[in-house]
Amino acid sequence: MAEAAVVVRDAVKLYGGVVALDGVSLSIRDNEFFTLLGPSGCGKTTLLRLIAGFERLTSGAIALHGQDIADLPPDRRPVNTVFQHYALFPHMTVLDNVAFGLKMRGVGLAERRRRAGEMLEMVHLSGFAGRFPAQLSGGQQQRVALARALAPGPRVLLLDEPLSALDLKLRQAMRVELKTLQEETGITFIFVTHDQEEALTMSDRIAVMSAGRLQQVGAPREIYEEPVNRFVADFIGETNLVPVEVGAVAGGLAPVALPGGAVLQLAAAPGSEGRHHVSIRPERLRLAPSGAGQLSARVERIIYKGTDLQLVARMAGGGELHVRIQNTARADLPPPGAEVGLVLGEGAARLLAD
Amino acid sequence: MAAAGPAPGAARGPAVPGDRPLTLPLLLPAWAVIGVFLVVPVGLMVVYSFLTQGFRGGVIWEFSLAAYDRFFLDRGLFGDEPPRLEWTYIAVFWRSLWQAGLATLTCLIVGFPTAWFIATRPARSRTAWAFLITVPYWVNLLIRTVSLRFLIRDQGPVNQALIALGLTDAPIQMLNTDFAVQLGLFYSYLPFMVLPIYAAVERYDFALSEAAADLGASRWVALREVVIPSVRPGIVAGCLLVFIPSLGAFLAPDLLGGAKTYMIGSLIEDQFKGSLGNWPFGAAVSVILLSMVLVALLFYARNQAREGRA
Ligand SMILES: Nc1ncnc2c1ncn2[C@@H]1O[C@H](COP(=O)(O)OP(=O)(O)OP(=O)(O)O)[C@@H](O)[C@H]1O
Ligand SMILES: [Mg+2]
Repeated sequence: MAEAAVVVRDAVKLYGGVVALDGVSLSIRDNEFFTLLGPSGCGKTTLLRLIAGFERLTSGAIALHGQDIADLPPDRRPVNTVFQHYALFPHMTVLDNVAFGLKMRGVGLAERRRRAGEMLEMVHLSGFAGRFPAQLSGGQQQRVALARALAPGPRVLLLDEPLSALDLKLRQAMRVELKTLQEETGITFIFVTHDQEEALTMSDRIAVMSAGRLQQVGAPREIYEEPVNRFVADFIGETNLVPVEVGAVAGGLAPVALPGGAVLQLAAAPGSEGRHHVSIRPERLRLAPSGAGQLSARVERIIYKGTDLQLVARMAGGGELHVRIQNTARADLPPPGAEVGLVLGEGAARLLAD
Repeated sequence: MAAAGPAPGAARGPAVPGDRPLTLPLLLPAWAVIGVFLVVPVGLMVVYSFLTQGFRGGVIWEFSLAAYDRFFLDRGLFGDEPPRLEWTYIAVFWRSLWQAGLATLTCLIVGFPTAWFIATRPARSRTAWAFLITVPYWVNLLIRTVSLRFLIRDQGPVNQALIALGLTDAPIQMLNTDFAVQLGLFYSYLPFMVLPIYAAVERYDFALSEAAADLGASRWVALREVVIPSVRPGIVAGCLLVFIPSLGAFLAPDLLGGAKTYMIGSLIEDQFKGSLGNWPFGAAVSVILLSMVLVALLFYARNQAREGRA
C-alpha cells in the first residue's frame, strides 16, 4: 500500500477554553482527494491550519510522508494552501503572485516567469499575467490562488472552502476543474467544505466532523449509504430518522420493529438491542395503496421542487416522513388527507448506532 | 416594453457632489477660506520676497532681487567680478535636510514597531494605546521643548543619573548639540509617524503574511516582500508628516541646538526678529523652503496615483 501522505494522531487543539479539536486521528493517502466536511465551527479550518503550520497542536502529532512536522514552521512545510478569501498579494501582478513561491525557493527570474506562465495557462488565465488582483473577478482570483499554491509543486495541497465565494454556476464548473486537476497532477488534495454535495461529487474519501471530533471517514457512497450515526445520516443528504425497537441480535442481524408494527431484519452490531433510530432516505420510499407496505401514514402536503416532488406524510405514531417522488408529470398523487402505505425498498432502512 | 437600461450618456454609479455644478453662493465660503488663509498669505510672502529691505525691519515697496541674490550668490550679480555661488545659506538648507532626514529615519525605526505593536493588540485595548501616544500633545510644544533642556543639561537628571550609576565621571554635554536637536525633533514628531502607520497596519490583512509563510517566506522576507509594500502608503504619509515640519522646525534647533545646528527655521525666524531682520530675505527663504516641500508632495501625489491604479 502507498505510504500515507498525512497522518494525524490524537490531535487536540484548545483556543483558551474552547475545544476546537477533540482527539482527531486521520490517515490521508497519497494522491487522494480527501474532504473535511462538517457544519460551521466543527474544527475543519483548525485541522487544516494545523497541517499548514499556522497553529500549533495542544497535544498529538502530525506527520507528512512519514516525517513528524509538528515543530516545523509553515515556511518549511512542503504543503501549500488555497485560502478561503484567496489572500492574493494586492501589490503584485498576477504573474508575480504565482511566481512568489518559486522566488522563495531561489528559482531564477527567467525560470520562475516561465513556470508561473505555465501555471497560469493551466488555470486558463494566460492573458491576465500583468493584471493586479483587484482587477480580476472572484472566479479569476480563485484560479490565481490555485495557480500560486500549485506553482512550487507541493505534494499536498490544502484548500479551505475555495469555492464558497463563487456563484452556483461557477462553483459547479470549478468542481469539475479542481477534480480533473487533482487527477492529472496526482497531488494529494485536502479540501474543506460544509457543502455536502461538493464533498460527495469531488472526493475520494470524506471525513465527516462535528464538534471537534471525527464522526465517520469513508468513500462518498459509504458515507451516504452506510452512515454510522444520526449526525452523519442527517448531515449528508436528506433522511427520515424513525425511532424503532431493536430485538435480540443474532448473526449480525436483528429484528427491528417499525412504528405501526412491521418488523424488518437489519444489520446490527451485537448488543444494540433497545430503542434506536433507523435512517430511511426519502428516495427509497415508494407510495402504495393504504394498508400495503411496511409503514402507513396520512399525506399532509406535497412540495413542488422542480425535478421532483416532496410528499410530507405523518405516521400513525406521530412522526413525519418525507417521500421523494420523481416529477414525471403524472397526476395520480394522493391528495392531502389521504391514507397511504409506504414500501421500503431493499436496503432502504439502515439501523444507526445511536 | 422591455425594461429600459440606463439612458446612453447617463451618469453611472452614485453622483459625486463635485460632479454637479454648485451654485455660486454655496461655493463662496470655500473660496473665502482658501483665499484668506492660503492664497493671500502665500501671495504676500512671494511678493515680499521681491521687495526692498526696509530700515529696521519692514519693506520698501520697490522691486528687488536682492533677497534671492543674497541667498544664492556671493558678491552679487551687479558687482565688478563675476558672481559665484554663495554657500552659507545652501549649507543651512543642506544641514536642515540632513537633520530632518535623520529625524524621519529615527521616527520610522521607532515608530514602525510601535505602530505594529498597537495595531496587533486586541481591538479594545488598541484604541487606548493609540490614545496614549497622543497624550503628550496636549502640552504645548514650546513647554515640552523647554522641559527637554532641563532634562539633558549638565546638571539635569539624565546626567545625574549617569554619574550616580558610575557610567561617567563628568557630565556629558548633550544640550546645544546635534544630538539634542535630534532628540527634540524625534520627541516632537514621533506620533505623526506612528498614527498613519498604525492606521495602515490595522487595515492590513494578516492572511497575506500567512500566505507568504505558506509559500516559503521567512518572517523577515515576508516583512520585506509583503508587509511593507502593503502598508507603504502609511509609511510614506508618516515620513512626510515628520519630514516637512522637521525641515522648517525652529523650536528644537533654537532651544536645544548649538551654533553649529543653525537650521532653516531659525534662519527665517531671525529675519523677522528685532531691527536686525531682513523681511524680503526671510520671505525668500520661506519661498525656497515651500518650493522644496511642494516638490516632495508632488512625488508623494504621483506615488499615490500609481498606488490607486494598482
Ligand atoms: N483563534 C481562535 N480563537 C478562539 N477560538 C477559535 C479560534 N479559531 C477557531 N476557534 C473556535 O474553534 C472552533 C472551530 O473553528 P474552525 O474555524 O476550525 O471551524 P470550521 O469548521 O472551519 O467552521 P466554518 O465552516 O465556519 O469555517 C470554533 O468553535 C471556533 O469558534
Ligand atoms: Mg472554516
